[in-house]
Amino acid sequence: MTALTILLVLVLLLVVFGLLFRLQIFTSIFSGTFTRDIGTSNSVNAILMLVFMIGGGAWFAYSFVENFSKMNPPIASVHGHQMERMFWITMAVIGVAFAITQALLFWYAYKYQHKEGRRAYFFAHNNTIEVIWTIIPAIVMASLIFAGWKAWTRITGPAPKNSVVVEVMGKQFNWLVRYPGRDMKLGVINYRMIDAVNEWGFDLSDKSSLDDFTTNEIHVPKGVPVLIKIRSRDVLHAVYMPHFRVQMYAVPGMPTRFWFTPTTTTDEMRAKLGNPKFNYELACNQVCGGSHFAMKATVIVDEPDDYQNWYAAQQSFAQKNPDVLAAFKQKAKSMVTPVATAPQEKEAAPVPLAASY
Amino acid sequence: MSDMTPKPNLSPGVQTQGGIGSAPVPATEHGDHIHHHEHDEHEHHDQHWMWKYVFSQDHKQIAKQFLITGMLWAIIGGTLSSLFRLQLGWPEGTMEWLKPVLGGWIQAGKLNPEFYLALVTMHGTIMVFFVLTAGLSGTFSNFLIPLQVGARDMASGFMNMLSYWFFFLSSIIMFSSLFIETGPAAAGWTIYPPLSALPQAIPGSGAGMTLWLVSMVFFIVSQLLGGVNYVTTVINMRTRGMSMSKLPLTIWAFFLTAILGILSFPVLFSAALLLVFDRSFGTSFFLSDIYIAGQALSNQGGSPVLFQHLFWFLGHPEVYIVIMPAMGMVSEVLATNARKPIFGYRAMIGSLIGISLLSFVVWAHHMFVTGMNPFLGSVFMFLTLIIAVPSGVKVFNWLATLWRGNIRFTAAMLFAIGFVSLFISGGLTGIILGNATLDIQMHNTYFVVAHFHLVMGSSAFFGLFAGVYHWFPKMFGRMMDEKLGYIHFWLTFCGVYLVFMPMHYVGIAGFPRRYYAWTGFDAFSQFADMNKFISIAAIIAFLGQFIFIFNFFYSIFRGRRATENPWNSTTLEWTTPVEPGHGNWPGEIPAVYRWPYDYSKPGSDVDFIPQNVPYSQTQSSNLPYEQELAD
Repeated sequence: MTALTILLVLVLLLVVFGLLFRLQIFTSIFSGTFTRDIGTSNSVNAILMLVFMIGGGAWFAYSFVENFSKMNPPIASVHGHQMERMFWITMAVIGVAFAITQALLFWYAYKYQHKEGRRAYFFAHNNTIEVIWTIIPAIVMASLIFAGWKAWTRITGPAPKNSVVVEVMGKQFNWLVRYPGRDMKLGVINYRMIDAVNEWGFDLSDKSSLDDFTTNEIHVPKGVPVLIKIRSRDVLHAVYMPHFRVQMYAVPGMPTRFWFTPTTTTDEMRAKLGNPKFNYELACNQVCGGSHFAMKATVIVDEPDDYQNWYAAQQSFAQKNPDVLAAFKQKAKSMVTPVATAPQEKEAAPVPLAASY
Repeated sequence: MSDMTPKPNLSPGVQTQGGIGSAPVPATEHGDHIHHHEHDEHEHHDQHWMWKYVFSQDHKQIAKQFLITGMLWAIIGGTLSSLFRLQLGWPEGTMEWLKPVLGGWIQAGKLNPEFYLALVTMHGTIMVFFVLTAGLSGTFSNFLIPLQVGARDMASGFMNMLSYWFFFLSSIIMFSSLFIETGPAAAGWTIYPPLSALPQAIPGSGAGMTLWLVSMVFFIVSQLLGGVNYVTTVINMRTRGMSMSKLPLTIWAFFLTAILGILSFPVLFSAALLLVFDRSFGTSFFLSDIYIAGQALSNQGGSPVLFQHLFWFLGHPEVYIVIMPAMGMVSEVLATNARKPIFGYRAMIGSLIGISLLSFVVWAHHMFVTGMNPFLGSVFMFLTLIIAVPSGVKVFNWLATLWRGNIRFTAAMLFAIGFVSLFISGGLTGIILGNATLDIQMHNTYFVVAHFHLVMGSSAFFGLFAGVYHWFPKMFGRMMDEKLGYIHFWLTFCGVYLVFMPMHYVGIAGFPRRYYAWTGFDAFSQFADMNKFISIAAIIAFLGQFIFIFNFFYSIFRGRRATENPWNSTTLEWTTPVEPGHGNWPGEIPAVYRWPYDYSKPGSDVDFIPQNVPYSQTQSSNLPYEQELAD
């Protein structure tokens, strides 16, 4: 509604300008001062430059403050807080440059509007000034580059040894999630073994894949480094978790990774925001097809103990899908490839723990 | 030079005079030229209209063809953006009323999400390539290079004609792709594979993508034919005395733009070619390990990131191809209307060259989070942020040009000032996006959209408008209506800021671009009102452009008659008759004695001294070293 009002005002203003310009022609004709060259429209435009600077500046400042909280969703990772600080420091630097240059631009436009009998100042160059305004931005840039570079190498550096590992795989149009299971090793997967049941393409002839488990939601512990390994099985996707300041493409054929340390559990954040429905979200941020905009996963940050319990309670993919496992065993015996035609019985009954291996 | 370039319809009068040497060369053998030229004029009267207006080899006619085609494309591109802004502003609203136009793309009152992606893809493609590359550089490089360097035409009029008609063919193909059943290309204007390579992934990657690629191949051919011509003309066909250090900044900008195009468009061509191979011949340049539509593909070993390197090797210089001609024209318009020399002429050239060189070594800042080696990210962050320095120099020099000027607010001048304002606003946020660390959060959000729409989209449009208002009298022999120009400017200027400033807020909150709707995410849904506001402002600003279109076509036929030099400008194009014929100058080509910015020179009676006035005639205003040249 406010939007409509503001725009209505804008349109009315423009109509007024239009009439002013027209009216000014008639008055100048009647008063006998009409000249084809530079009439009063010149000073109208000059004044509008000033009006635009003041009005536009005020509107910008107002709307910026008004929307400030909306544009700052909560942050819940260690490096996210550092990035945030760097972002607003950089914003302040460019804000100063913005204010000075824009103010000069519109002020000069107003102040040095055409006046009869005055002559522009012939000022073709001045090396001292040129050097000064080359060097000052260069120094400012150098410091921004240095700060950015230091943070970048830290954030993209190798993940700490004690990191919790979770792997996500993008597909049109949802995220698959798997954990390495008890052996803490992600098993081999092969895209040629993918089918409706074996969405990851687990190669169950690899021992370390037997305890890998898949989930719908991503669970991570608070205060512990989390290494997200990222894959795609069809087109490009991107793992984007705005609350954690995490983004990395999911590239078919090229596994990527990103690590971060969550600082706030989901429950803590819900309490903090007073929003019991709050969830950390993972969005796809590289266009991937028609339902790109709906490709979402939920991230849940647990207390480390809760995370351990949750982790221990999960059933591996092989346990949940004995038929797939049986097919692999069959294959190992006969050296044929029945995988593609494996019986596709959904939600097979869980088998007794590990006894059958 | 002239005997190396076949020009079937041009007189031998079209030839180089002077050359790279800088000192004014004494006039020789001019009677000959005049004779040939008159002969030439005679020939033209007999010319079939088809050769005069359609398959013309006159650079001015070709420029107008580029301009009008570009304007048609801009209307289409703007309409597409209004459609997707409707969707973004009112994601729950019905679009049933658009069914008569969009047909099957509206299902149950909703815009098809795949068609939404097609809309943003085509909007980007059309605006970047067809409007702001062909429409802007194609128009003004063609129109101004021969006129401002003092040549009768381009080095090769025939190639120049081919350049337009390849563009036309490319346009027809791209336009027809809007109407096919599976829809136009829909993988984003950056056409990243595998999405663009696999019709199973999105229907637009079927025939639509094929047409896109074929169209771009013709487009690249057009750009190369044009670019080679521009560079050749600037190097070889300058009139006597027109050394490189006396060229107007427009020509420097067009010259460097053409070089960027020649060096970078072939890389896009190679990327497109390899993509065609992947799509049609089963190769695996960009594809690997893909399981899609219930099937594992046999492609192995390709890299989608390789495509991005190839694409952005063009894609980044491309944004400078778009903005540099605008910078050049704005410099010219600012100096003329502030009645002041451009401040720091050499620094302006230096910064253009600096930007051109740097533009080739920053491409991977589009790819910080693609999984590229983080070390590369550091290098590209460093190189990217350096660009702020030459860009800053340009802005400061423009400001210094206005300082103590005597400013006439023509419509062109308003747009030139608007350009500087938008370039500052959009350019500064580049400092955030160029920082790899901050790009982790900002990549592919509306912050990026706001940034590039201000710094290269809207700015380049403002440069285009400034150019059209300024050179319209030389193009059509009539003036555009100034008052309508003022209204057009203020509406557009307010509109652009109302659209793109709030878009930064949406982006800072992390709203991803190319999202059909944000309603599925809590994190992005807080800006529903703001999106509505942006949509309303965008649609009003777009409709405002019809003021310009009306003014343009009305003025062609009914505008006030122009004089030879309506803006009291110094450059050579204003020494031609009101409507220059083929060959530009009826008599001999004027020689050049001075730089293009002698405005308000102390000691001179008039406040401008054209380039073709020798120092011997301006004894009272000559600077000491100029006096030496006069003696």
